Amino acid sequence: MIERPPKERTGPGSGAVDRTISDVPLKALYVPEDLAHLDYEGDLGYPGLYPYTRGLHPLGYRGRLWTMRQFAGFGTARQTNERYKFLLQQGQTGLSVAFDMPTLMGFDSDAAEARGEVGRCGVAIDSLADMERLFDGIDMGAVTTSMTINGPAAIALAQYVAAAERQGVSRRVLGGTIQADILKEYIAQKEWIFPPRPHMRIIVDMICFCTQEMPRWNTISISGYHIREAGSTAAQELAFTLADGFAYIEACIEAGMDVDSFAPRLSFFFNSHIDFFEEIAKFRAARRIYARRMRERYGAKDPRSWQLRFHTQTAGCSATAQQPENNIVRVAYEALAAVLGGTQSLHTNSMDEVHALPSEKAVEIALRTQQVLAYETNVTNVVDPLGGSYFIESLTDEMEREANAYFEQIEQYGGVVAAIESGFFQKEIAEASYRFQRSIETRDRIIVGVNAFEKPEETQEIELLRITEETEREQADSVRHVREHRDTSVARATLERLQRACRDPRDNLMPHLIACVNAYCTEGEIVEAMVEVYGRYVERSVF
Amino acid sequence: MRPLRIVVAKAGLDGHDRGAKVIARALRDAGMEVIYTGLFQTPEQIVQTAIQEDADGIGLSILSGAHMTLFPLVLEQLKAQGAQDVVFFGGGTIPPDDAVALKKMGVRAIFTPGAPLQEIVDFVKAECEKERPLLSS
Repeated sequence: MIERPPKERTGPGSGAVDRTISDVPLKALYVPEDLAHLDYEGDLGYPGLYPYTRGLHPLGYRGRLWTMRQFAGFGTARQTNERYKFLLQQGQTGLSVAFDMPTLMGFDSDAAEARGEVGRCGVAIDSLADMERLFDGIDMGAVTTSMTINGPAAIALAQYVAAAERQGVSRRVLGGTIQADILKEYIAQKEWIFPPRPHMRIIVDMICFCTQEMPRWNTISISGYHIREAGSTAAQELAFTLADGFAYIEACIEAGMDVDSFAPRLSFFFNSHIDFFEEIAKFRAARRIYARRMRERYGAKDPRSWQLRFHTQTAGCSATAQQPENNIVRVAYEALAAVLGGTQSLHTNSMDEVHALPSEKAVEIALRTQQVLAYETNVTNVVDPLGGSYFIESLTDEMEREANAYFEQIEQYGGVVAAIESGFFQKEIAEASYRFQRSIETRDRIIVGVNAFEKPEETQEIELLRITEETEREQADSVRHVREHRDTSVARATLERLQRACRDPRDNLMPHLIACVNAYCTEGEIVEAMVEVYGRYVERSVF
Repeated sequence: MRPLRIVVAKAGLDGHDRGAKVIARALRDAGMEVIYTGLFQTPEQIVQTAIQEDADGIGLSILSGAHMTLFPLVLEQLKAQGAQDVVFFGGGTIPPDDAVALKKMGVRAIFTPGAPLQEIVDFVKAECEKERPLLSS
């Protein structure tokens, strides 16, 4: 009798069973031979030990759970302040500020460029007055805050420091993170202001200032999240993000800083997408690549400099507008991947974010998803439970290999900034996102409710958060009020000193920025003053 | 006849260009000429581009929540320039009620996340062909 070989299934979704969502080839089965080359101590190490593939802490989540940090911000500072108080009451353990587009791009709420955008996808913060309102009644010395802002990050940090000092909280005790990752803006998120080269100087100044004056502050959050959302593969997210990180580290070293003085306060921010095992492998590979590079190439001696700490957010781009409740399930799987990958903090997306900013109900479900994971599933009881899996370790190796290949390509361009200027990253991402979209069109891949299992006459019954035009008027009036009620001559003098510092690379910009915000210069005015010196970035678009 | 010419645009301060670029690519692969405006265009600039390029259609992508401001401004500009024959469509994170409202104002179609590329390509082809003069001069 002839045995027939087992056959793989056919039909929708079967066209991509031999690869991950990022087109990494997969075998149907992984066996001990796949790990024959693996050296336990050299390639994996015990949790808490170099190269940290298995995690940063010897006890994993038994020692300490991840921080549940839901990103929030909308409308005016006062509205967002209420949401923060609600989230803290619900058991959230850290704050995370989402700014609106004009704030992210350096425009005041009454600027022509801001029309229609004020308070829409985050909170509008024009001046110190808004930052003070945002944290009204919240002890800035007791909470940690993550601020997602990049182009004007140094200004937002100056506002945060000034607001805290007005609460009587010293900058030395402030805990939190500012994203400040401008390289990924040019690569993916596109919220830039100045050209890359002067902007690198601003970042080095910030890192230097924080290292000296804000010992508990995470100086930069090097982000792959937006690279992934722009359509990259997992390996591209991993490689481009780490390459950005290395570029900042090299810039700081070039500026004369000792790597161990600042590296322990760098952190990373990754996406957790829907391809479960690939994501776990990506997180584990990230830690290993980083540890090796920090120790071997940059000569870091402090183990804290070798440790890649990261925040994770579930993939906004994996959510669907159709049957939005399904997004709750997607988020749960993605959150589980982040936790099995050893994340330090996590944001779970709300089911309705494809349509609008999340409603309170949707945010609560997203937070509960994390709480169920943390307290009911018991996945936290054993450290790195997937370590040693034939498949997971093979995929972790593959992620590292792909990332190293990208590092070589980037080096051939002459580094990250040069590769940005020649459109390398942008082109790679556009290619990958188009390839993915085609696989949906051909139904090689299935997205439930989108290209299979659709409900024909779907009606939306979820309640959405609406931002009114009233917000825009209120905020525009408020920034005008600030300008009218400050000492103009003091404001002008601080801006002039800032411009002089911009022209003098030996001066650190941060103290000047703090002086500007304390004089109630608005964000738009500060940016304008800096643009006069540095110019504005213009992208060469590729698709 | 010359191929259809479509302006794919990003307006306001919104930097999310993944969708716009995928649509641009799909329309180009379907044989159309695509002009991608790049980011941060004003409604005035978008309509100017369409007129200068003699475009048959404009596709506007907005994911920042500013759609109820920016779509009407483009419509207004099209009207002011006497260019209502330009097929104006769009997409992004746009709640269903807003999509209905925008269509009432004169936006020909709104495509939200998950819309099949083929559906968008077919729509653009059909609508633009309808607007073409019977005899090309």
